[in-house]
Order: sequence, then structure tokens, then C-alpha cells
Amino acid sequence: MLYISPDGTGERSEAPLLEVLRVSKAFGGLMALLDVSLCVWPGQIKGLIGPNGAGKTTLFNLITGMLRPTSGDIRFQGRSIVGLPPHRIAALGIARTFQNVQLFSGMTVFEHVLVGGHRHGRSGLLGAIFQTSRVRQEEKEARARAWRILERVGLVEWADRPAESLPLGLQRILEIARALATAPRLLLLDEPGAGLNPPEKAQLAGLIRSLPEEGITVLLVEHDMNMVMGLADEIAVLDYGQLIAEGPPEAIRQDPRVIAAYLGEEDEVWNAARG
Amino acid sequence: MGRAGFPANAIGFAIGLPLILAIGGLEAFRPMGLSLPALTGGLLTLDTMIRVGLFTIVLVGLNLLMGYAGQVSLGQAAFYGMGAFFSAIMTVRARTLGIPPALAEAWWWPWLVMLTGAFLVGLTAYGIGRPILRLRGHYLAMATLGLGIVVYILLRENLGLPHLNLTGGFDGIQGIPRLRLGGLLLWPAWRYYFLVWLFAFGAIALGLRVVRSRVGRALRAIHGSEMAAESVGVEVSYYKAQVFGLSAAMAALAGSLYAHFQTTVIPATFGFGSSLELVVMSAVGGMASIWGAPFGALTVLLVQEVLRTQLHRVIPNAQGEFEAIAFGVILVLIMLFLPEGLTTGGLRWLRSRMGLRPR
Ligand SMILES: Nc1ncnc2c1ncn2[C@@H]1O[C@H](COP(=O)(O)OP(=O)(O)OP(=O)(O)O)[C@@H](O)[C@H]1O
Ligand SMILES: [Mg+2]
Repeated sequence: MLYISPDGTGERSEAPLLEVLRVSKAFGGLMALLDVSLCVWPGQIKGLIGPNGAGKTTLFNLITGMLRPTSGDIRFQGRSIVGLPPHRIAALGIARTFQNVQLFSGMTVFEHVLVGGHRHGRSGLLGAIFQTSRVRQEEKEARARAWRILERVGLVEWADRPAESLPLGLQRILEIARALATAPRLLLLDEPGAGLNPPEKAQLAGLIRSLPEEGITVLLVEHDMNMVMGLADEIAVLDYGQLIAEGPPEAIRQDPRVIAAYLGEEDEVWNAARG
Repeated sequence: MGRAGFPANAIGFAIGLPLILAIGGLEAFRPMGLSLPALTGGLLTLDTMIRVGLFTIVLVGLNLLMGYAGQVSLGQAAFYGMGAFFSAIMTVRARTLGIPPALAEAWWWPWLVMLTGAFLVGLTAYGIGRPILRLRGHYLAMATLGLGIVVYILLRENLGLPHLNLTGGFDGIQGIPRLRLGGLLLWPAWRYYFLVWLFAFGAIALGLRVVRSRVGRALRAIHGSEMAAESVGVEVSYYKAQVFGLSAAMAALAGSLYAHFQTTVIPATFGFGSSLELVVMSAVGGMASIWGAPFGALTVLLVQEVLRTQLHRVIPNAQGEFEAIAFGVILVLIMLFLPEGLTTGGLRWLRSRMGLRPR
């Protein structure tokens, strides 16, 4: 069976993982998103770019159920997720990071990843109080899983540190680790490279690039054009809440509408990206 | 993990248990005429220690709610009062309620009432909490403030059923029976003291287990960032309501124990002032610590006691208001210099003195 993406970017032999269908979001009189449609296909790293205030974070908030679209539909694995509360959407396999890092203050790095694995556990209040062998076993497994994720992202030495004491670059990595601990199918990254220095960015890019092999599809919002162009196999561009272009990085780079949207915005970054 | 951690819990039990046993033994046997008041210059009495134990039970629940889950309750005394009045009504007013005397006079009846009361109060709080706690922010604080006032008025106004006179109105209920274990009467006071502290240590152990569990982590995560917590699948309103219910059940249990200790309950004991006092105790001990519960209760009760007996020496004509003011000043000082409370602040200081990494 062939699937045609609604935005006309081509046909695929598999079903899309995420479909955003004619979604709009109004904040009072402001249309943060207007009639946006796009698809994310299994196994891809999809870039989502656009000038400040274009509506990228808003789209993430809609997908994860933190906001409700004013109109339109969002489907994950063929099923509408509009109106589901965030924890149910997380349970379906969508995880995210936050543009403004959202840490659990007072908790260690290791504990953050343990909370990330929350949905794999069953034990409740009574289990905690009576500490049955099943609960202890579950806790052991949760810790082992969290530890593996810390090893995977290279945060082992920081395990017992309060998360707030980490440098920003590592805090962003920790947010990814926490999201990975949910074992997501789709990972939404909101400017993971913001505020990082070049070596940190390189480390981050390496981590993101390795995700599809593990069956994790990525939707990446990033202002660093070099980074998105290097990572994404397809890029969607938002401007003033509207989808103005979508396609492979080379095409996006040349697209006159995209260039116009970015004029004056961040010339340096953009010019650097075009080399 | 606990690597390089300060073994606070082990030390807490290792010091706390023998100390509590020693105080009980001292009061039970009074060897060579020694007693707790004699040894502490009249500062500490068995009565105070029983109250510390009762408050410890309430505060462990309140700390889980406020210090760990980050949800403020300004009406916790209402649950304490609900437990106390439930026990009082179900024992003293058994006949009015049509409970057969054979049942109401059995030694185990008050115990059954106590557990049922805690369960029902916890369930009620959960039910009330579910819709309120769906909202972010300090709605719970406002709602519990209102709840506390409603419960207080209901108790004072005989639940709106004056002809039954269940709560006794302003005067409350007298003649609540002492607890028995089979044939053993849990009185004189030192026996009751052991009972209360058995429950208090039980509450501490329960609190420590909850904190270290999957649920405890979820609660702390909610405190840190609700958005991030729900983004990893934590059902925020469910956990908030659950810990609210647990804290209410613990308060109710302590309230029942209080009723059988005091043998008299009046609504005035469970008003807004008492709820505030509980919050203060929680803050002084350290909200985000289970061990803060007994320390917070003891410190506040001691400060109140000292002020009551000593203030008139400094200010000759000191009245009740001066006590309240001095109490307030002392609390502000504690909050200024140990904002995390005595336990957490003290432990941090100890850890840094011992060269352990801060956790
Ligand atoms: N909760 C909200 N209430 C009102 N307006 C909002 C809200 N969230 C976002 N907006 C507005 O919607 C528009 C889109 O914001 P959004 O944060 O989605 O942009 P963005 O593409 O993520 O920008 P940036 O690159 O700066 O992060 C902006 O004009 C913003 O001010
Ligand atoms: Mg944004």
C-alpha cells in the first residue's frame, strides 16, 4: 500500500508515525499556528525550523497534549490523540524535551532518569508501603534500566549530582536521557543545542544521529542551521504559524520563501549554513 | 543508591528508638524518684511527648504532601478533627446511632472505629482532591482553607442536625473511653505514650518507604515540574490526590489517638489556627524530610511552652498576644537562618562538616 503525505511531499511504502492534519492554534486573537499539516515518517530525523515565534514550540505542546488545537487533528500511529491528557500521550510513546530546560529541582541525575522510566513500573502507594518482593524486583529493574541509559548518554559520573548543578549542555543531555527512559517511538527535541558550545553540540549531534537505529523517530526543532541540515533527512519550515516549505535539506537551503522568512532574522547563521 | 550518603535514617532510628524507649521507661518506673519533668527542669512532660508523637503522625503525612509533592494544605487540622470526632461519636454516641452495646463495648470497637475513620477520611480527601488537584497552582491551599472552615463549622453546629447532638456543638464530646488491648488498659499515660510512639515510628517508616519508592519519586517530580512529570507519563492529578488522601488518613488516625488520650474533644481544637500550627511545625522541622516531623513538633511545642512559662519574666505584663508575637519572631528567625528547616538544614551542615558531597 502506498501512502501519500497530505502535504504532497511524496509517497511512501509505510504509514506515517505522526500526522498533523490542518492544525490551527489561536491564543486570543493571535494565530500561533494556521492550518498546518505535516507528517513524520518512522525512522526519520525530521527538522522543524522557523524564525522566533513561528509556532514550533506551540506545535510540540499540541502534539504532547499540553495544549489543545483550536481546530484540526493530530494522529499518532493512525489514531487521533487530540484531547488525550499528556500522560496518556506519553504512554503511547511520544516523549519530549523542553526549550527552557524543565528539571525536577532537588532530584539527582539518576533520579531524573528513574522518573523517566515511571511508565514501565506498576507499583503504587501500597506497594511502596509494604515493599513486596515484586515491588523490590521492579525497583531493581528500573534502576538497571536507568543506569544503562546514563551509560548510553555519558552521564554516569554525574549520577548522584543534583541535576541543577550540571552545566547547561549536560542538562539538555539529561532531558534527552529522561525522555529516552520512557522508551519512546517518537522523540520531540525543542532546541536541544541552544546555549551549547561546539564540542557539546558535536556530542549532542552524535547522540541524536544514533537514535533512529534504535527505532526512535525524531522531530527536531533547532535554530543552528548547520546542525539541522547535518542531521535531518527532511525539514519543515514554519513562519508566522504557517508551513511555508517542506523537503530535503538541500531544497530548503535554496527555497526563496525560506530565505525571505529568515531575512534579517539571523543572517549570520543562515549565511554560514549556505556556506 | 545511597553512595557517599549520610546514613540519616539508620542514625535516626538508632538514636530515636532508644531515646523514646528510655523516656517511656523512665516515666513508667520513675527510678529513684527521677522523672522526665525533673530531669528537664519542668520543660518536658510525658504529656508533651505524647503530643509530639501524635503530631509526628500528622506531620509525616503533611510533609509528604507539602515537602515532597509540593501541594500546600491549610486545612490539615480538619482531618485531624474528623478522626477525633469520628472516634468520639462512634464510641460515646453509639446508642444514639443505634449501635448495639455488645458491639460498642467490645475492647476492639474503638480500634475498628479508628481504622475505619482513617480510611473514610482518606477516601473523602482523595475524592475532594481529585477535581481540585487537576488545576495547577495553589488551588489546593485555597480549597483546603475553605474545607477546614467548613469542617470546623459542621463540628460546631452539630453537623446541621441539632436534634441528634452528635458533635456536642461548642462543648464537644466528653467521656471518650480509654483504649484497651484485650484486658489490658492502655493507661496510665506511659502506656499510652508507648502506643502513640509505636504509631509515630510506624508513620516515619511508612514515610521513608514512600519517599524512596516509584510513587515518592513521582511526587517529587511533580513538585519540580508538573509539565516535565506529565511528559514522561506521570499522572499528576492522580498522584496528588493520592498523597492528599494518605496525608488526611494519617491525620485522622492521629486525631483518633488524640481523642482517646484526651477523652474530651471540642471543635475549637481543630480550627484554622491548628492547621497553621501544623504548617509551621512542618516548616520548622523541614518539610522535605520525614525526620523533620518529630523535630518540628517537638521544637514548636517546646518554644510554646517556654514562652508560656518564661515570657512574663522578660515582659512583666505579657499576655497571650505577646506569646504569639514572640512565637512569630522565633519562627521568622528559624526560616531566615535555616530555611529548609531544622532537619534538612542541619543535615546539610553536618554533611559539609564531614566533607561529604551535598546531595
Ligand atoms: N501559552 C501562550 N499564550 C499566548 N501566546 C502564546 C503562548 N505560547 C506561545 N504563544 C505565542 O505564539 C507564538 C508562537 O510561539 P512559539 O513559542 O510556538 O514559537 P517558537 O517557534 O517556538 O519560537 P522560538 O524559536 O522563539 O522558540 C508567539 O507569538 C508566542 O508569543
Ligand atoms: Mg520555541
